[in-house]
Amino acid sequence: MLTNEEVAQDIIRKYENAVGEFDDPFGLLTFTTSRETIIPVLEYLKDHPVYQISFLTDITAIHYPDSPDREYCVVYHAHSLVQNFRVRIKVYLTAADLHIPTATPLYASANWMERETFDLFGVIFDGHPDLRRILNMEEMDYHPMRKEYPLEDSTRQDKIDALFGR
Amino acid sequence: MTTEELDLANKAGVPARTDEGPVQYVNELTTLNLGPTHPATHGIFQNILQMDGEKIVSGEQTIGYIHRAFEKIAERRPFYQITTLTDRMNYCSSPINNMGWHMTVEKLLGIEVPKRAQYIRVIMMELARIADHLVCNGILGVDTGALTGFVYLFEEREKIYEIYEEMCGARLTTNMGRIGGMERDLSAEAIRKIRKFLAEFPKVLREFESLLNRNRIFMDRIVGVGGISAERALSYGFTGPNLRAAGVDYDVRVMNPYSSYEDFEFDIPVGQSGDTFDRYMVRNEEIWQSLRIIEQAMNNLPEGSYFADAPQYYLPPKQEVYKNMEALIYHFKIVMGEIDAPVGEVYHAVEGGNGELGFYLVSDGGRAPYRLHFRRPCFIYYQAYPEMCKGATLSDAIVIMSSMNVIAGELDA
Repeated sequence: MLTNEEVAQDIIRKYENAVGEFDDPFGLLTFTTSRETIIPVLEYLKDHPVYQISFLTDITAIHYPDSPDREYCVVYHAHSLVQNFRVRIKVYLTAADLHIPTATPLYASANWMERETFDLFGVIFDGHPDLRRILNMEEMDYHPMRKEYPLEDSTRQDKIDALFGR
Repeated sequence: MTTEELDLANKAGVPARTDEGPVQYVNELTTLNLGPTHPATHGIFQNILQMDGEKIVSGEQTIGYIHRAFEKIAERRPFYQITTLTDRMNYCSSPINNMGWHMTVEKLLGIEVPKRAQYIRVIMMELARIADHLVCNGILGVDTGALTGFVYLFEEREKIYEIYEEMCGARLTTNMGRIGGMERDLSAEAIRKIRKFLAEFPKVLREFESLLNRNRIFMDRIVGVGGISAERALSYGFTGPNLRAAGVDYDVRVMNPYSSYEDFEFDIPVGQSGDTFDRYMVRNEEIWQSLRIIEQAMNNLPEGSYFADAPQYYLPPKQEVYKNMEALIYHFKIVMGEIDAPVGEVYHAVEGGNGELGFYLVSDGGRAPYRLHFRRPCFIYYQAYPEMCKGATLSDAIVIMSSMNVIAGELDA
């Protein structure tokens, strides 16, 4: 049975300063890395003889417009079906440079997950075989999950939060 | 005609004229548009297939026709109002989505749900799984020209929907249960209906199996069609019955038990070749296993409350609201969405009808999620479709899609 602590120590030993912010919210090992090391880290965890974290559960992103230089966070969830061990890896990107290498050579499933993230957030996955919009139409000129795109029509007067004391 | 000219002509898809006589069509590919509205796609999504005669050379999917931006909508809604969004993802098994969402929020809020509520949830989730698999297998029969089994099964699905109605008042988009437990206890009528279903359904399922399982025509259509190796399936992110058909015994209910699944004894059926027949058989066997779970849950149903003691999150009974000041306050705060959740991030997965249905919830301490992402099993494994039907015929492509159980609502979210 793998513990978060031992995997975290091993990753720190191997990648030293390239990884950080280790945490385990609700028991799920979470850490942050840079876009230069994300693919090596995923590959290391995948090919590790003991961990075998070789199932990519999910790729998505989060937009934090108020944190300078860390506006976008790409989140990877991976799972070891052998050890039943999950890990969450985050990569922060700046709004000015939304590039991150693709994980498609490692996982076939990354293809659509990355297309979805590109479609909704505009994160560009370098080396992706077919980076097009997937859920929205090609003609759309914005990325709807970014916080600056309001859900409701901003001219509406009947749904102002202040009126409800929020 | 030189080889280069022939190649060019093939690429352009135009008839090549040779000196020796009439026009010859050499290896010309036909583009076939399967969908978006086609009775065999069971939902709105498009497949553009390149056909060489009857064989499929390559395919490309276009999805997003019913994308409703649930993740965006969820960022403006209080937690309890998001349940109705989850209904509309895999609408063949809405209760599983509902319960998965409730459990995610309960994990964030730190609510411990009483055993009785957990068992009722298990019963409802397993009924939903049966309904989901019934639709998939019944329609697989229809797509191969066997309408009879489908009609038998849909009568039974109707009975499951009647149990839903007893539990939540709705049939398809159930919005069942609440954050913190169930909305109502199992009524005497619901118990009667579940017992009746448990007693009568096995006979119908056996009849369905005897119609199809060893049926020569049915087997000829699906054995060895659309196979995928375990390695490719894992790389493509397959989960659920489709992965188990390829021989990997990954089931979230066993690996990361939630809602007291560890209390029940059941088997995980696995296939070998990952072909359409294996997927069909795995789903059929899972229906039997679900029946086993429901029976155990009904026999060992614990006494006690069907909701957690968490008044700030669980809507108080209506009678209390009229008489009790605190209940009125909580009622108002919950309905208006004035309840703030703690800061945190949660990933919670349940075994949905199609596989690992995950909820990734990031809360910044507000009334609505800061970010909510649904890991939709359909969306992830449907990528493999062109690879699975390469070299197959068009009629094979139809049964492959049918047996993968692609639900448009879950595909697009």
